[in-house]
Amino acid sequence: MTTAQAQISDEVMVELRGVNKWYGDFHVLKDINLKVYKGERIIICGPSGCGKSTLIRCMNRLEEHQKGDIVVSGITLDDDLKRIDRVRRDIGMVFQQFNLFPHLTVLENCCLAPIWVQKKPRKEAEAIAMKFLTRVQIADQASKFPGQLSGGQQQRVAIARSLCMNPSIILFDEPTSALDPEMIKEVLDVMVDLAREGMTMLCVTHEMGFAKTVANRVLFMDAGEIIEENEPNEFFDNPQSDRTKLFLSQIL
Amino acid sequence: MTVHVTSPSPALPPPASSVGIVGWLRKNLFSSIPNSIMTCVGLYILCRFIPPAINWAIFQADWVGTTKDACTSDGACWVFVGVRIKQFMFGFYPSSEYWRVVTAFSLVGVLVAWLLLERTPKKGLVSGFTVFCYPVIAYFLFYGGSFGLPAVETHRWGGLMLTLILATIGMFCALPIGIILALGRRSSMPIAKSLSVIFIEFWRGVPLITVLFMSSVMLPIFMPEDLQIDKLLRALIGIVFFQSAYMAEVVRGGLQAIPRGQYEAAEALGLSYWKTMFFIILPQALKLVIPGIVNTFIALFKDTTLVLIIGLFDLLAVVQAAFADPKWLGFSVEGYVFVASVYWVSCFSMSRYSQHLEKKLHTGHAR
Repeated sequence: MTTAQAQISDEVMVELRGVNKWYGDFHVLKDINLKVYKGERIIICGPSGCGKSTLIRCMNRLEEHQKGDIVVSGITLDDDLKRIDRVRRDIGMVFQQFNLFPHLTVLENCCLAPIWVQKKPRKEAEAIAMKFLTRVQIADQASKFPGQLSGGQQQRVAIARSLCMNPSIILFDEPTSALDPEMIKEVLDVMVDLAREGMTMLCVTHEMGFAKTVANRVLFMDAGEIIEENEPNEFFDNPQSDRTKLFLSQIL
Repeated sequence: MTVHVTSPSPALPPPASSVGIVGWLRKNLFSSIPNSIMTCVGLYILCRFIPPAINWAIFQADWVGTTKDACTSDGACWVFVGVRIKQFMFGFYPSSEYWRVVTAFSLVGVLVAWLLLERTPKKGLVSGFTVFCYPVIAYFLFYGGSFGLPAVETHRWGGLMLTLILATIGMFCALPIGIILALGRRSSMPIAKSLSVIFIEFWRGVPLITVLFMSSVMLPIFMPEDLQIDKLLRALIGIVFFQSAYMAEVVRGGLQAIPRGQYEAAEALGLSYWKTMFFIILPQALKLVIPGIVNTFIALFKDTTLVLIIGLFDLLAVVQAAFADPKWLGFSVEGYVFVASVYWVSCFSMSRYSQHLEKKLHTGHAR
């Protein structure tokens, strides 16, 4: 199996220092410390409700953390809306439920943010959108509405949409969990491709085959903590903690 | 032994009794004994009442003439409406200035048709003109007082013209105000939120008649002597505030139906609050509540008749006033039928257009 051989530099893209988050009384993230370097492909796994989605959603401030620091591309996330906007322009996100805009065509979905956030001329934005739609092999559907596409196609459009903003990091929040089995591969193929080109990726997923193929690090979370962190082969073949062993025995 | 067929079996046509006219009749009108009985009763009632009504309104009616004496048959006397039609249309607007009203309405008709029809060019320019220039042009046409047009005081406005002015301005203002209020009510900013809630709950909690009555009788008492606001304008503001409170709640229903993921996707792309609302949330929310919006529009259109209690002569009031004419006593049925059909045609057109719009805007996302 060929692993993605992209270069990992020592430039820190995302840094979390002592991050804590509560939903009401429920302590969902406990003292998270994490450094993501440029070009890394990190897989985050763990049982449901362990806080893995919350963790990546804090990185573009879809969720607010209450304690600790999150620094993305040198910008510290706090209540300042301008800084949040700058971080969001730099981080792409792909959701479990795709979240395409159903009233806009595929092309319009991809052009909206480049035109209205990056202030690109429409022609240029469309050219960029077509480039990325071609790359996820869906350019022929550009004038259709999301509701006319299959789940796998929609997720590929969602990936193209986030690529159009030219992000330095992409967060994937369970990108294949809402898909029918026969459509998972087409989405994973696109993601593997991205990883090969050196995109910094953080991916919450249960696709362990994908993790083995592309990841350079696997994080295992349980009850709001990062329990174990290792390179993929070590992680799967030689898990250290009991909780990791239990989790792996349940999903493999 | 099981035979594995590799190609799908051919599609067969449905049984003859389930398609075509016979199939439709069986399915919809005679599917069961109670249904058949109801069909027969319904047909009987229709046969009993429809032909006489048509006879009265069309075949036995008197259409031409200038006085009451022209009405000799048993049917409706449309001569009454014909003789009075100008007053029904324009109220007490001076007849030498009718062209101004006609021009103003023709212009807005052309503009609206331009915007509603598909494949007309320069929609952006035309909508800008409609929103920003047309109200000014219409004001000078209706009211006058400059550009060599004699001023026509608002108490001389009346009839269908007044109804349409009230309804159009009401709809035109109630929708945007309603949208702002709905966004305010769902806002996380406490002041914007509480102001919107107070405004909506206040205006929704009082009857429109009270609002109109307050605006025309009570308000002038509390206002300083030198500050006089036109009665029509006061009524209009009352109608707009009243209906925008309803509109706000309709729009809020639509906003609440939009999944959280749509907001998140827009935020993750870096769109600001207003851009998210304008490009992502409102287009979807408003599309969802088209039936509710048109419902409010229709209610507003018909509610404008209430201005007759504060002495404004809208279509209904002008027609009712005509009943008192000693030369034309006893033609109230024709008058009311005429008013009802004008309202019905207008409201039914709105309803049909909204259904067309729903179909047009459907992008197949409901799965």
